[in-house]
Amino acid sequence: MTLSQDLAYAYPEIVLALGALTLLVVGAFAPKQTALVGGAAVLVLLAAAYASATQPFGTAFAGGLISDAGATFAKVAIYLASAVAIPLGQPWFARRGVRSFEFPVLILLAALGMGMMASSGDLISLYVGVELHSLALYVLAAMHRDNAKASEAGLKYFVLGALSSGLLLYGASLIYGFAGSTLFPEIAKAAAGGANTGLLFGLVFLICGIAFKVSAAPFHMWTPDVYEGAPTPVVAFFAAAPKLAAMVLFARVLANAFAGASEQWQQVLVAIALISVAVGAFAGLVQKNLKRLWAYSSIANIGYAVLGLASGTSEGVQAMLVFMILYMIDVTGFFACLAALSRQGRAMETIDDMAGLIKEKPAIAMAMTVFSLSALGLPPFSGFFAKVFVFKAALDAGLWGPAVAGLVGSVVAAFYYLRLIKAIWFDGSPGAVDKPPVEANAIALVAALFAFPVVIVALGWLSPAAERAAQAFGLV
Amino acid sequence: MTIGLAHYLAVAAILFTIGVFGIFVNRKNIIVILMSVELMLLAVNINLVAFSAYLADVTGQIFAMFVLTVAAAEAAVGLAILVTFFRNRGDIAVDDASMMKG
Repeated sequence: MTLSQDLAYAYPEIVLALGALTLLVVGAFAPKQTALVGGAAVLVLLAAAYASATQPFGTAFAGGLISDAGATFAKVAIYLASAVAIPLGQPWFARRGVRSFEFPVLILLAALGMGMMASSGDLISLYVGVELHSLALYVLAAMHRDNAKASEAGLKYFVLGALSSGLLLYGASLIYGFAGSTLFPEIAKAAAGGANTGLLFGLVFLICGIAFKVSAAPFHMWTPDVYEGAPTPVVAFFAAAPKLAAMVLFARVLANAFAGASEQWQQVLVAIALISVAVGAFAGLVQKNLKRLWAYSSIANIGYAVLGLASGTSEGVQAMLVFMILYMIDVTGFFACLAALSRQGRAMETIDDMAGLIKEKPAIAMAMTVFSLSALGLPPFSGFFAKVFVFKAALDAGLWGPAVAGLVGSVVAAFYYLRLIKAIWFDGSPGAVDKPPVEANAIALVAALFAFPVVIVALGWLSPAAERAAQAFGLV
Repeated sequence: MTIGLAHYLAVAAILFTIGVFGIFVNRKNIIVILMSVELMLLAVNINLVAFSAYLADVTGQIFAMFVLTVAAAEAAVGLAILVTFFRNRGDIAVDDASMMKG
């Protein structure tokens, strides 16, 4: 295979890399042109999404980069979610006196890393993708430099993220040693018919590292602190796209490299899923800060996504993909609401702050209600359909116990979602709310409209697309 | 006694464990945490190079080069975040990083 053929499979990555580097130079010479850099970054992301939607399927760079239906599905979603983060974040930072052109460039680099994660076919490209997106996210979390909480969040994210990269890498080194290759198909040959002790050791470390990145319990401890401290639009970004990228990476490793050891990893994944659902449901009960609350909600939701994956079937991967897409839209919308709301210039972040919101800002209050009910999994909102996919896949794979436990967890979690809704609808308002900024308002309302009713139409297209994507992972 | 693969793996495992404990047990200084992270990554490098020599396969050494490069970038980002933290707090003690709890 020639270099030009290889490059043809990497068009989205090339577009993003060139775009990020060019915009970095533009920003360095014209630091005032933040709006220009931001707009151009959105265009680069849209171009990358188009490139990945139309790219040919195959493997490039000696198997290091895979381009298939799964990668395309994930990458289009990741790039579009990243493109939303820029108009949401840039004005937010500008209102707080942070006018830096680095924000869109960092989002581009993170998107590049996430794209590489979704299409990695080799432990080296896996590691480089993970690190590229993590390093960009650490900086984004600490982007609000003068804010003590944001820098603490960035520091915690960095320390625990570096630890997780270390675990992931140690696992990768063991897998390389015991399989004799870093390529997923070669590892699959070594792991056919069950992994030996060395490989299994490596796989467990690798799973721990990835579980950190998706914030699945028991590796979730960074999540609440980072969500609370980091700037709200940044949280809206890294609660969505990076989670999808890491889940797709999870599926890639397990399905492409360790399909033969599925009975061994299935138990680990079921355990991770159930602990995540339990931690997310119970620890969320005592939270007052909404960003922390939604961090625990995201831990629980990742638990459901991992449960889909734990089914070990193509249907399970499809369920995971549908779940993650619907969840991404939910969580982006919810944090867009939080980014939009303030009272006398102070951000509204606690449940008490939301009291009586329905009288102050009916549209945003309705949107928040929709997101809460959707995360709770109530029909006819999008979260309900997401959970139906996951539970159906789990039941078809014979995971009765875990599915029932997951349902119980979602009943427990209903308490905190309903408490928020009660505060919004029935409590007295403590005072007028500032006029919400246009962009955050618009993003929140569009996401709410998607969560209901657009989702019912969209599922007709999303479900087969996710099915095609899931089949590319090669599980039965 | 000849030094074989198992010895290298044991050294790497010990270094890695020291690194992990350095992050969790250390209660004083965040710089020490950065050093522990570095220790973990170097332990991985020993693993990779030892396997590479054992398997007579160059991929492991290439992987180690990538790890070294990324570790440098990671240290740069970590120190930059640490500087912003220090500017806000005037201190880099681990116990100070506790504005958020619960």
